Amino acid sequence: MTEAAIERPEVVRRPARRVLLGSVRELALVPAIAVLFVVGLFTSPAFFTTSNFSNTAQFSAALGLVVVAESLILLTGSFDLSLQSIYGLAPMIGAWLIVPKDAQGLGTNWNPTFGILVVVGIGAAVGLFNGFMIVKLKFNAFIFTLAMLILLAGLQQGIVSGRTIYEMPPSFTYLGSAYWGGFPVSAWATAAVFLVAGLFLRYHRAGRAIYAIGGNLDAARAAGIKVDRIRIGVFTVAGALAAVAGLMIAGQVVAVTANQGNNLIFTVFAAAVIGGIALEGGRGRMLGAFTGVVLLGLVNNVLVLRNTSTFWIDAANGAIILIALGLARVVALVRT
Amino acid sequence: MREEQEPAAAEAEAIWKSFGRTKALQDVSVSVRPGECHALVGRNGAGKSTLVGILTGLLKPDSGSVRLYGEAAPGLGDRAAWQQRVACVYQRSMVVPSLSVGENIFLNLGDGTIVRWRELRRQARRLLLEWGFDLDVDAPAAELSVEQKQVVEIARALAIGARFLILDEPTAALESHAVERLFERVRRVKASGVAILYISHHLEEIYEICDRTTVLRDGKGIVTAPVAELDHERLVGAMVGGELAHAIHEHDPSRAAAPDGRPRLVVRGLSVRSPLGSAEDVSLEVRPGECLGLFGLRGSGTTAIADAVAGLLKPSAGKIELDDSGIGYVPEDRHARGFVPTLGVDENLTLTILERLSRFGLVSATRRREAADALKERLQVVASGGDQPVAELSGGNQQKVVVGRALASQPGLLVVVSPTVGVDVASKEALLGVVDDSRAQGTAVLLVSDDLDELRICTRVLVVHRGSVVKELRDPPWDRHELIAAAEGLEPAAA
Repeated sequence: MTEAAIERPEVVRRPARRVLLGSVRELALVPAIAVLFVVGLFTSPAFFTTSNFSNTAQFSAALGLVVVAESLILLTGSFDLSLQSIYGLAPMIGAWLIVPKDAQGLGTNWNPTFGILVVVGIGAAVGLFNGFMIVKLKFNAFIFTLAMLILLAGLQQGIVSGRTIYEMPPSFTYLGSAYWGGFPVSAWATAAVFLVAGLFLRYHRAGRAIYAIGGNLDAARAAGIKVDRIRIGVFTVAGALAAVAGLMIAGQVVAVTANQGNNLIFTVFAAAVIGGIALEGGRGRMLGAFTGVVLLGLVNNVLVLRNTSTFWIDAANGAIILIALGLARVVALVRT
Repeated sequence: MREEQEPAAAEAEAIWKSFGRTKALQDVSVSVRPGECHALVGRNGAGKSTLVGILTGLLKPDSGSVRLYGEAAPGLGDRAAWQQRVACVYQRSMVVPSLSVGENIFLNLGDGTIVRWRELRRQARRLLLEWGFDLDVDAPAAELSVEQKQVVEIARALAIGARFLILDEPTAALESHAVERLFERVRRVKASGVAILYISHHLEEIYEICDRTTVLRDGKGIVTAPVAELDHERLVGAMVGGELAHAIHEHDPSRAAAPDGRPRLVVRGLSVRSPLGSAEDVSLEVRPGECLGLFGLRGSGTTAIADAVAGLLKPSAGKIELDDSGIGYVPEDRHARGFVPTLGVDENLTLTILERLSRFGLVSATRRREAADALKERLQVVASGGDQPVAELSGGNQQKVVVGRALASQPGLLVVVSPTVGVDVASKEALLGVVDDSRAQGTAVLLVSDDLDELRICTRVLVVHRGSVVKELRDPPWDRHELIAAAEGLEPAAA
């Protein structure tokens, strides 16, 4: 093969412009974040303070964890709406088993550590169940996880008759309420999960398989990737992450309400999608999803500091998401 | 050729395979030697795909054995073992668009669980360089051309170390320069001792790069011989069959009469691009009372011409002139574009003429039923009632609904693409009869087909090869050999 002629069919070279545009998808939100930052600076002297950033980080941490979970599933080309109910139900059951009867507990008064294991276990089990039904039994992901969302949210209401569980032991609320080095543990934890997930997707064989599955399922299968196992695995991990996120928020507010998690899934999808995770699967990175979470966190923070009426915050959020999607569309058009 | 004692790269012996009552393969044997490019040819339905399925371990033969490099083939479930032995480049792309070239080549290969990117890129670059494939390992696969994606798939097969490569119609979507480069690659891969099974509808390619060829017809191996010993005549003869039905029967003298009148359709210098076969500089005319056949293999660009005439594809050059008598269109894929499966027969039939049946936007049920009944009568549609969903009908009746819909508006020009593909014999006769009747009543018909049998209702036939008209036949009945040879590119382009 030494004399093999080098062929020259329409040479593919990578111009610098394209390298730049390649990461634009991930960093498309950076200008928007910068603008919000400047707006924040002019809005209130309270904006550029450690306590404000710390609060914002805590506010975004639980959301961020669910965004990681949903992004992983989205990358495989599927999705799970019921993550928001796992986020509510799993810590609810955990707390229910450990708190005393007069704090709306069941009365079993289990050890808090055991309660935490129950939380994670329920999340993983529901994720596994969803994954199995969607991957193996080929249920439609939308309608199946929607039904699960309704069912689990109903259980969450039912077991406490709509009341709130409180008086939770410190070890149960530690993740949501403790601080390390001036920043909430939840923020550290979520940042670490983003980093690990990002590295996993980039460097682990299973991470690359996730991209291959979402990009071209047949090709992944033909390449010998254990497609079903990985897809179900991702659902399971995502369920566990959503449960941990629910534990975080329960620790922050030191209570589990009967409607914890309501409407969360819309924000989760919004953060993932404006962060460049493609709904059709196979495209997007954790860095992008992270910027999506940061953007939504900052929007909320700035609106709160501007004393925007809470009744308007949802509308503002919706508008911001539309603008971000518009920008992403423009970027996509420029690329082609 | 290599020495006799060296085991064949792939050897299928006395393979039988049935699907229900269809005997897909009957006692077929084929053997591909290392360093050989072995052609597998046959018309659609001859059993090629089934044989490929068996040779790649996706199908289990009912009886017979498959040996790869002298060893019995792995079990059906052992995908990894099959992968290491056989690689197949399918017509459908198996490239992951969101990943880079390098990662696509080494998809799921290597031992470790951690991907070492520097190493992966280096190896991919080295592999591409070694084989003389010019691709940037960092380019996203989504931006590659069809040809480049194919190169990625070939490189992937070589990276796995498979010594037996199946190329399934690799040139179907390539333009001519790309085909030349593909041949160069095939020669290089072959020279390194890799065995290649080459499947193509384009017979001239086989003479160019293959050493031996096996012809399948109706699930049987007809002949295996070195290409040098099989001239065009014998090869086409083996594919078409011994009955040598040279002429398409049922000659109707009215078809020979030269039509007159102003052309309903004039196409001048039309070029149209399509992933399923592009057409280049095509000119044609269709007059009232004429049925012009456009005969070409799949991917030859004939359907692109029909789509352009129907206004579904935008031509890149040339012009299409229609008179104002209206156009009816029967698309190639009836499931995708022919009908609305959930709607009833009557609604589907009258979809194109709702305007005529309604007043102020309200559709008159009576008038719709009348219009639909007339069409059902004409086409002999068998349905339990006018509101039976078309999805529940047999293939033949579905196709009748599609043709009926096209005829509903009584168009001056009817464009019909493969109208009888996948329908039973009786429906086929009925469908061709209806099209022929409307021609006899003065409709201009453009019939696009790769089925010789459909061409019998034509008054004139143009043969298309690789997007260009290569032959015109004016006097029915048509000569099968002449048509196939021209469509396979075995004739010099018409002057």
